[in-house]
Amino acid sequence: MSPSRGRRLGAFVFLSPGLTYLVVLLLVPLGLVLSYTLFQRGRFGGVVHEFTGENFERLFDPLYLDVVLGSLRIAGITTLIALALGYPTAYLIARLPRKWKTFALVAIVLPFWTNFIIRVYAWIILLNGPGLLNSGLKAIGLGPYELLYNESAIVLGLLYSYLPLMVLPLYAAIERLDPQLREASANLGASGFTTFRKVTLPLTVPGVLTGCLFVFVPSFGNFVIPEMLGGGKSVMVGNLIRSQFLQARDWPFGATLALALIAVLVVLLIAQSWAARRA
Amino acid sequence: MRSSRWLHVPLWVTYAFLYVPIIVLVVMSFNSGRSAYSYEGFSFKWYAELAEDELVRDGLINTLIVATSSTVLATVLGTMLAVGLARYTRSKTLDAIALMPAVLPDLVLAIGLLVFYGVIQLTLGLYSVVLAHALFSMAFVAAVVRTRLVNADTSLEEASRDLGAGPVATFMRITLPQLAPGILAGALLAFTLSLDEFVIAFFTIGNSDQTLPIVIYSMIRFGVTPKINALAAILLLVSFTAVIAGQRMTKIGEARAQD
Repeated sequence: MSPSRGRRLGAFVFLSPGLTYLVVLLLVPLGLVLSYTLFQRGRFGGVVHEFTGENFERLFDPLYLDVVLGSLRIAGITTLIALALGYPTAYLIARLPRKWKTFALVAIVLPFWTNFIIRVYAWIILLNGPGLLNSGLKAIGLGPYELLYNESAIVLGLLYSYLPLMVLPLYAAIERLDPQLREASANLGASGFTTFRKVTLPLTVPGVLTGCLFVFVPSFGNFVIPEMLGGGKSVMVGNLIRSQFLQARDWPFGATLALALIAVLVVLLIAQSWAARRA
Repeated sequence: MRSSRWLHVPLWVTYAFLYVPIIVLVVMSFNSGRSAYSYEGFSFKWYAELAEDELVRDGLINTLIVATSSTVLATVLGTMLAVGLARYTRSKTLDAIALMPAVLPDLVLAIGLLVFYGVIQLTLGLYSVVLAHALFSMAFVAAVVRTRLVNADTSLEEASRDLGAGPVATFMRITLPQLAPGILAGALLAFTLSLDEFVIAFFTIGNSDQTLPIVIYSMIRFGVTPKINALAAILLLVSFTAVIAGQRMTKIGEARAQD
């Protein structure tokens, strides 16, 4: 067998099963979703194959636009808090003695590997009317407050679920920094804060961007946390998509919302790689 | 450099934030009272009730079936894909497509598959979830195996070929054993991801058999009882043990690979 024929055979044997799987279960389904955005809904669910631009017009209905903007706001706030909490955490872990580092990192990731639903459930126990936080507040003469089923509860749940995704890339970026750069800055008379602002922070911007993306993406498209901690109101884009597919049975509009979701994420990805290249 | 004690406060805030909810959850699972909120006394009774619960037992069995089948499928497909992509093509497009299921939001994969299953009129059930889970697991397996392929020494394969071994024998006796730790790590990852996966299963499972995350989700919607805490505590114990065991295994694997 000639080498080139052998290579072609090898390529076929190794690549065709996986690629076939990807085409059938990923590309074809995504193509179908894309095509649904142009069709009308059937009377009893499903689609009627008649072209319409109606789905895209509905997207800009203030009712739905508000939900999209609301999701951007909730995911954005979550990302900012995750950064504010995650950066000092990652920074401090990176400067721990070597033998503690691994332990500290595993402790950050450990909750992330437990069941997602269980992690969200834990916050229902804490925040609910007769829950632990209200009992604590009562002991010091405050409350009870309605802590569950609002936007703050959603932000808290998202933050709890995705904080490790912020800490890890930040840790990687900070760990890579040459400690001599900090020393040089200090030797030249810069204060601790100036060194951080002029040396550490600019050099870790790529890590910051990656962490923000890792937190924002799953937060923006989430429907489980808003449903469990937000009281099931259609507050985020994910809830809207879910209800279009599983309750309202308006698949074309659900597909259009999903396309909007992907579009936002693609814009963010492009912005991230652009910003990372400039940093 | 002298760092003052209070500088570590953010670290403790983060760890408290991550672990207080888990600790409360576990403590409440031993509550003798009916409430999931106020602790009355120590008892194992919710664990006993949990053992009797058929929905939970069936959910667990279904989850294990889905996780095992999808892991086998994803490991075989993902390993072959990784070898194919690393050795037989330079296409960046194929690389990107292979990674897509791991990068796309789960909700997007879920509705894609729901629409697709609807079009080909597949009756939903456990197997439609197996196919769906294998899709994203394959991407993770391929990614993990590829990192090992990049570091693998190709001179051994060349030597095997020079000594007259055919491509199949070379693959089975040289390439595969070299990749084994990566394949094992990928399979473990696939299994863990499938065990916990909720969104895609929720969309593609239909009305009959439910997986454990879906059972838990409906239990919570129905009402909060210490029984859910007991289940949560057991699952926490299982995942913590698995992560720590996995950590140790990779360490041993790395140590062996360096010998």
